[in-house]
Amino acid sequence: MSDDKSSDSGDNVWILGTHMTKFGRHGDKDLIDLASESALGAMKDAGVTIHDMEVLGCGSLFNAQAGVGQQLQKQIGQTGIPVYNVANACATGATALRTVLLTIKAGEADMGLAVGVEQMGKGGLLGAGGKGDRGRKVYEPSGRYGSVMQVEGVLGTGLMPGVFAQAGMEYAYENGGVEFEQFAKVAEKNHAHSTLNPLAHYQKQFSLDEVMAAEMMSYPNTLLMCCPNTDGSAAVVLVSEEKLRTLSKDQQKRAVKISASALTTDPWTEHAQVQPDVNTLTRNAAKKAYETAGVSPQDLDLVELHDCFATAELIHYDNLMLCPPGEAGKFIDERGPWRDGQTPVNVSGGLISKGHPIGATGIANVYEVATHLRGEAGDRQIEGAKVGLTHVIGLGSACAVHILEKAAV
Amino acid sequence: MGKQIPIVDYLAIDDGPPHLVAWEAVDSGALYFDRRNADANGGGTEFRRKKLGTTGMVRSFTIVNRGVPGVPVPYVSALVDIDGGGTVKANLLNTPPDPEHVKLGMAVKMLTFPAGTDDDGTEAIAFAFEPAS
Repeated sequence: MSDDKSSDSGDNVWILGTHMTKFGRHGDKDLIDLASESALGAMKDAGVTIHDMEVLGCGSLFNAQAGVGQQLQKQIGQTGIPVYNVANACATGATALRTVLLTIKAGEADMGLAVGVEQMGKGGLLGAGGKGDRGRKVYEPSGRYGSVMQVEGVLGTGLMPGVFAQAGMEYAYENGGVEFEQFAKVAEKNHAHSTLNPLAHYQKQFSLDEVMAAEMMSYPNTLLMCCPNTDGSAAVVLVSEEKLRTLSKDQQKRAVKISASALTTDPWTEHAQVQPDVNTLTRNAAKKAYETAGVSPQDLDLVELHDCFATAELIHYDNLMLCPPGEAGKFIDERGPWRDGQTPVNVSGGLISKGHPIGATGIANVYEVATHLRGEAGDRQIEGAKVGLTHVIGLGSACAVHILEKAAV
Repeated sequence: MGKQIPIVDYLAIDDGPPHLVAWEAVDSGALYFDRRNADANGGGTEFRRKKLGTTGMVRSFTIVNRGVPGVPVPYVSALVDIDGGGTVKANLLNTPPDPEHVKLGMAVKMLTFPAGTDDDGTEAIAFAFEPAS
């Protein structure tokens, strides 16, 4: 671990405050209600106000053109600071955070606010796209593939449960087999973990048999192995190290260091022309983050990774190097990612049970890890946690990895 | 027989037996099914057409039980490594859609079938794979 290696440089960025709403269905609130709640909560937690903010990053994927950052300002404070509205698939929230972090590193701000928010309702399956049948039907080639009709379900599937099922099965193919039961164990774990998290969308434990017997969505992902569509928001206040040194001892004590922030896209691979490669960009981001932080996977006390589906979590054990290459199935068999295991993974309940409000997810996992590093996670606290990693990936693709550390300023 | 049209333009149905055809980047050899501006692998802008094989191997699959409206379920979606180069996504037909019958690494061969008919009577021809034996 780096300990004081990078903190000596003085250009570190720290988390001063963080907050997330309860994840779930918030039909009685709108998008800005949720964003306001997390933003005001994060600033209160940090002991600062909107007047201390010098930049705002706002992530909301489904409302990318709505100026959500400015709408938020009109509720919590129009101070004239720059706003960056970002959309970057499921890495949207993490990208908003990184935008504020880079602004601080560039010296344009000492303190800033990053907010992620999404209101998804019961959105159904994502990823179908394609052509609907409207009016008179005449086959005409269109688009980059010259398709004449909707190809979903005719030329394979692009629905999310299927895409990530295929990613998991591809891992099984390349690594000598991973069984349905092993994928299901991931969901068994995350549902169990969520029972300790009052902010999770669902807090219900399911047995392995119940997970496997649930409605099959896209083999091997059953309904209980898929993340729900969720409403929610999360926010962080970031501060430069120089500024942090001027704040109170209590603020300094609770601050969490961002030891690494890595953002990648998918490099060209042949297979990715028809099936998104969620592995290479995750491996690249993880490698960069570990190197930047001077941290090894064995140093991690907890990880919040992108378990949009159980099949996804399993392959990211390997991509994030939490297990030896090819041994992700063995890792879950040996309870390595359980909260009392070798490297606790998704002790929040993960996307599978906590929920996945897309724009908020990449900040919510930072909230979770930071809360453990502060020793403030209550019943689900990982005792003595000092280093944690967050990971999100969105198809298209974008991946963000952050490494957070409990450290003295 | 009425008029036929391929479901996508990378399926050739009027050049001998049906087969897939890709854009091959001249410099890097990368294969693409979509219309290209340049090669995302090597950066070059020269391409040539490459006829792909009609047999291959299942490198991954899923069995879709909840899909989009209008598409019967369950069905098997598979990623197929084509013999001689290229990877394509397609349905796997003529096998029970369950993990006891669909296996990673199984050998498959391509087939075509009518996927629909428009109001002018034109038939859309799609492709899929089936067990090779």
